[in-house]
Amino acid sequence: MGLARYVIVRALLIIPTILLLYTLVFIVLRVLPGNPVLAALGTKNIPEEQLQAIMRELGLDKPLYQQYIEYLVNFLRGDMGYSMVVRGRPIASDITDRFPATLELSIWAIIVSFVLGVGIGYVAGRSRSSIVKHLARLYGSITYVLFIPALGLFLQLVFGLWLKVLPTGDRLSPGIYIKPITGMYTFDALIQGDLVAFIDAVKHIILPALTLGLVLSGPFTRLTLDNMEKVMESKIVIAYRSRGIREEAITRHVFRHTLIPVVTYLGLQFALLLGGAVLTETTFNWPGLGTYLVDKIMYRDYTAIQAVIIIFAFLVGLISLITDVLYALIDPRVRYQ
Amino acid sequence: MLIVEDLYVKYYTRRGTVSAVSGVSFTMQKGEMLAVVGESGSGKSTLALTIMRLLPRNAVVERGRILLDGIDVLKLSEDEMRRIRGSKVSMVLQDPFTTLDPLRRVIDQFIEFLMEHGLDRRSAEKLALEALESVGIPKTLAYSYPHQLSGGQKQRVAIAMAIALKPSLVIADEPTTALDVVVQKQIMDLIDTIKRGGTSVMLITHDIALAIERADRIMVMYGGEVMEIADKGTIMSRPLHPYTQGLLASIPRLGSDKIPESIPGYPPDLRNPPKGCVFHPRCPYADERCRSIKPQLIEVEKGHWVKCHRVVKA
Repeated sequence: MGLARYVIVRALLIIPTILLLYTLVFIVLRVLPGNPVLAALGTKNIPEEQLQAIMRELGLDKPLYQQYIEYLVNFLRGDMGYSMVVRGRPIASDITDRFPATLELSIWAIIVSFVLGVGIGYVAGRSRSSIVKHLARLYGSITYVLFIPALGLFLQLVFGLWLKVLPTGDRLSPGIYIKPITGMYTFDALIQGDLVAFIDAVKHIILPALTLGLVLSGPFTRLTLDNMEKVMESKIVIAYRSRGIREEAITRHVFRHTLIPVVTYLGLQFALLLGGAVLTETTFNWPGLGTYLVDKIMYRDYTAIQAVIIIFAFLVGLISLITDVLYALIDPRVRYQ
Repeated sequence: MLIVEDLYVKYYTRRGTVSAVSGVSFTMQKGEMLAVVGESGSGKSTLALTIMRLLPRNAVVERGRILLDGIDVLKLSEDEMRRIRGSKVSMVLQDPFTTLDPLRRVIDQFIEFLMEHGLDRRSAEKLALEALESVGIPKTLAYSYPHQLSGGQKQRVAIAMAIALKPSLVIADEPTTALDVVVQKQIMDLIDTIKRGGTSVMLITHDIALAIERADRIMVMYGGEVMEIADKGTIMSRPLHPYTQGLLASIPRLGSDKIPESIPGYPPDLRNPPKGCVFHPRCPYADERCRSIKPQLIEVEKGHWVKCHRVVKA
């Protein structure tokens, strides 16, 4: 009962977050120089009447507060509206096209960052050598400050140009086709048992996922290592040892303690993940929401940008909610009231 | 059954070497309760950890022997020692809030412990429930998480684990310090019952009043050294060491107008212990000899050992 109520309250709290972000983006877009009409036409030399006509058609002649409210009301009704630049193109279908690519990249990046980050932290935490611990901390710091496009370019150079083992962009090779089910090609290929397509999809996602995953893994390493050290020095460990429990078992129990902050951080990482996904997608020409957003910003496509931002805000809220629930599964002391 | 001979333990820290235990020798009989009394830094907890071989990595046993039922504990391999911990010698730690893993059910931790010592799951669960029952923890609580138990109940669980495999020695390190007064008495009553099975209890405490109330014999430690050992009656009626006398004078007494006296000064810095008698800077009777020559622990009467220049063998 407590959990259900907690989830509902937390879910309701996502609403103000979304409103705040929408408002911010709405204002920033209107303050920025340029507008979707001029950007789409690519020229300023059009007759004033024609410009006014297009503005009217797009609803940009209405007072700002009206634009603000109308968009929001329509969005809540499930209508994301039409692109202001590619006219007649519903934003919803753009997003359903693009979202699976971003989700797929995010899932693999999170897996890479979790396995690498927590794995290295765990190994270093178990190690008795202080050199190993220092190296792990160094890894955590260095990966954290890496600039995604720079790292991406470097990996493209090494694996794509020099070693020629992995593609440097796109999701599939020309000629490979996967019937979309989830829209996430690695999973779709698996579901359909198409091994050739699966290998091709995996090859394409390795570098982007590794780039994003590496950058996100640093904090996991440090958190895991620091917490393992902290718990290893705690009374719980002395108590376990005083009962004759073997070290491997103790390390396993300790690791569970270190997972508590790691899972919290996983939720926080998600906002960073989306930001990183935008950079990764543009670096690897990955046709997801990130490249979409960047394209649309270039064209000042107000409606499309607002839609993507609202979706991002919703996702961040949702994930942090899920992590809070995960918490309760790891730590029995967590009770939701 | 427990013989400690000439034990020296040092901690190597960045700011110098700390002599935590220096030349400690004593014996414990089967089924007796020995209270080890001293203030923080007296070496009593280090002594406990040394017997358990659970010292931190920067600690080194420089010298000495610890014989538990004839086994030289300090010579065992790490794995042999692990098998002894919890079965032959066990420990009840000070803070029950940190001795049980908060993420695992009581019963699971208990079963893990018993299986580590060779029981199969079924008999482990049976024995765990019996042991918990015997300390007053019902089955329903056994299957709950530590945070659902009170401090006293957690300490009962710790005691149940400590005695489940009928060890020869239970070391209770300040077992009641973290508990409130009413619960303290219940827990001490429970610890009293441990002795009945022939298990010896080493009660480590800073509270000499508690030691007098509960223990059979009392060992007073100061600055990593034994100052006085005697049975409880002797310590109460004829304390010979000035430090023991000071500790006794610091006990508040009901119905007495006398304000309890404290011992002036501070515990010694064991990175750089005082020359001569380790207690001399705080001793009201200290003279030239105390400042230069370290006294020996001598037996002034049967079973009554004192380390003080002022005491001469009767």
